[in-house]
Amino acid sequence: MTMDRRGFLKLAGFIGLAAGTACARRVAGPGSRYTTVDGAEDAKRWAMVIDMRRFNTAEDYQRVIDACHKAHNVPHIDNVRHEVKWIWTDTFEHTFPDQTHTRLPEALTERPFLLLCNQCDNPPCTRVCPTDATYRLADGIVAQDYHRCIGCRFCMAGCPYGARSFNWVDPRPHVDHVNPEFPTRNIGVVEKCNFCVDRLERGLPVRCAAASGGGIVVGDLNDPDSEVSRLLARHYTLTRKPQLGARPNVFYIVDEDVVRGEEEHVG
Amino acid sequence: MLAKALTGGPRYYAWVALLTLLALAGAATYTHQYHVGLGLTGMGRDVSWGIYIGQFTFLVGVAASAVMLVIPFYLHDYKTFGKVVVFGEILAVASVTMCILFIMADMGMPRRVLNVMLHPRPNSILFWDATVLTGYFTLNLLIASVSLYYQARGDHHPKWLNPFIYLSIPWAISIHTVTAFLYAGLPGRHYWLTAIMAPRFLASAFAAGPAFLLLCLLMVQRFSRFDPGDKAIRTLAKIITYAMVTNLFFLVLEVFTAFYSQIPGHMTPFAYLFAGIDGHNLLVPFMRLSVVLGVVSVVLLVPSRTRNNPTALVVACVCLFFSLMLEKGFGLIVAGFVPNPLERVVEYWPTGPELTIVAGIWSIGLLVLTLGFKIAIAVREHEMAVQPQPQPQGA
Repeated sequence: MTMDRRGFLKLAGFIGLAAGTACARRVAGPGSRYTTVDGAEDAKRWAMVIDMRRFNTAEDYQRVIDACHKAHNVPHIDNVRHEVKWIWTDTFEHTFPDQTHTRLPEALTERPFLLLCNQCDNPPCTRVCPTDATYRLADGIVAQDYHRCIGCRFCMAGCPYGARSFNWVDPRPHVDHVNPEFPTRNIGVVEKCNFCVDRLERGLPVRCAAASGGGIVVGDLNDPDSEVSRLLARHYTLTRKPQLGARPNVFYIVDEDVVRGEEEHVG
Repeated sequence: MLAKALTGGPRYYAWVALLTLLALAGAATYTHQYHVGLGLTGMGRDVSWGIYIGQFTFLVGVAASAVMLVIPFYLHDYKTFGKVVVFGEILAVASVTMCILFIMADMGMPRRVLNVMLHPRPNSILFWDATVLTGYFTLNLLIASVSLYYQARGDHHPKWLNPFIYLSIPWAISIHTVTAFLYAGLPGRHYWLTAIMAPRFLASAFAAGPAFLLLCLLMVQRFSRFDPGDKAIRTLAKIITYAMVTNLFFLVLEVFTAFYSQIPGHMTPFAYLFAGIDGHNLLVPFMRLSVVLGVVSVVLLVPSRTRNNPTALVVACVCLFFSLMLEKGFGLIVAGFVPNPLERVVEYWPTGPELTIVAGIWSIGLLVLTLGFKIAIAVREHEMAVQPQPQPQGA
């Protein structure tokens, strides 16, 4: 076979390009990037049940919020426009705006509800993200990559639960005590509750659940014997804005005890 | 050919200097924003997109409107537009430049912008929007510069350009449809969740873009030796009239659906924009002004007597342009976020630095437009000098 100089260069270039691509794929390729640690809690579908019967005093809520925000270096910013919130409270009518009317019992409308990312089965935030900076893991957790996020805030427009926060200002001066085990964030990226994915995969309990004294239960929705499954089977629960089709995985127990109010509630 | 943009009278230099100054002020403010974050703007966790995204949306429409000249000239052989179609394409290039700059200004992490192409997600409308806008920019830059280059030598554009010209037609529709899809597919944003978002976008685009172009052409007519021709301007005015009437009709459709159905989620954003909610009424004067300006423009445009009167036409086009800029470049975006998903009303108002950046980006866009127009005018004036009576085009 004869080959002129031009043909040789073309072939060599092509082979070089192919080899380079193959090497790059090997370095960056899918492989086994995610491994599980021995003893890690293994769930097919993570979900949370918030047992509103267990939340009665302001302290009950604050304990949970502090546990999360301190562990995850969530900044405390006074300007309401620039707030970053992973878990917070609001009233029934603002938590469940489509499931409210004017004749609800006072015990229900005056009680704060805990709000956080719903770890949806069909999350609009991951659907709209242009860079895969937010994505859904196989076990249902919607994760956020602070290093890939371009700060376009499409996910904030997409999320119908107001669960996403953008770093409008440098968050670091607003973190009182930095927890070195969790990253702090910089300006220009979006963040939210990560369902303690880093702890679950090490077999450690979710922060808010651990601090809740049984008011927040996390477990496997696919396991009929898990505590979340048993609670859901026994109680009337609500999810936020079910009509939008995002299929949230945070359930709220609003049984008779919750509706009737504190004085009639027994442990 | 580019050298033609560098020569001009004192008025031309003063205009270019003013724009450059404003652009520099915008750039300096942007540098500050880059370092301290988007907290410098009036946006916040509740209204997380503001005037940057509003202006981006409005300008995508202005860019798409070039097709209103391309279709009559290239598809229907409407020769009257022969001399002006390139001005529409230059306006498209300038508008897309501004769109890209507004997106960059709005990004929290602008240095990661290439992630959109390096880690593309076909699921995301933003990825498609970036793709179609880049494509549209390239197409118009190519078509405008190649046709001007050949016209400067007294030739017609080469045949190989035709496929690009035809492609630019559906492409123009696509940029504004995809931009509408950014908003129209989000659950829980009632004001945006409407199937006629894309048609509304196209109607307002085909009114605002040609209105802006018409004003530019009238200035060209006044300040240069090139005359775009009264017939071209009259046809453009008719296009603007049809588009604006359609646009107002679509607005009425939205209002009907919201208020006849009495569904609160559909009514409250309108209530916020035009009446205010519980004393939250920052946008009310501007939105009412937008409607008044829109109606005035239609009243002046529909009767042929006022439409063909140069003064009335200018008033109509100015009213129309600002009506749509307020409605689409501002109110539309804010009303998607008010009330917020928790049904609380948090208002937005742009800050001084934010408006300086907006003015800077507009200046860059107008600079691109000015330089482009300057070249095109020089080519036209040259044509007239070489052959005083070229072809019976536009006659």
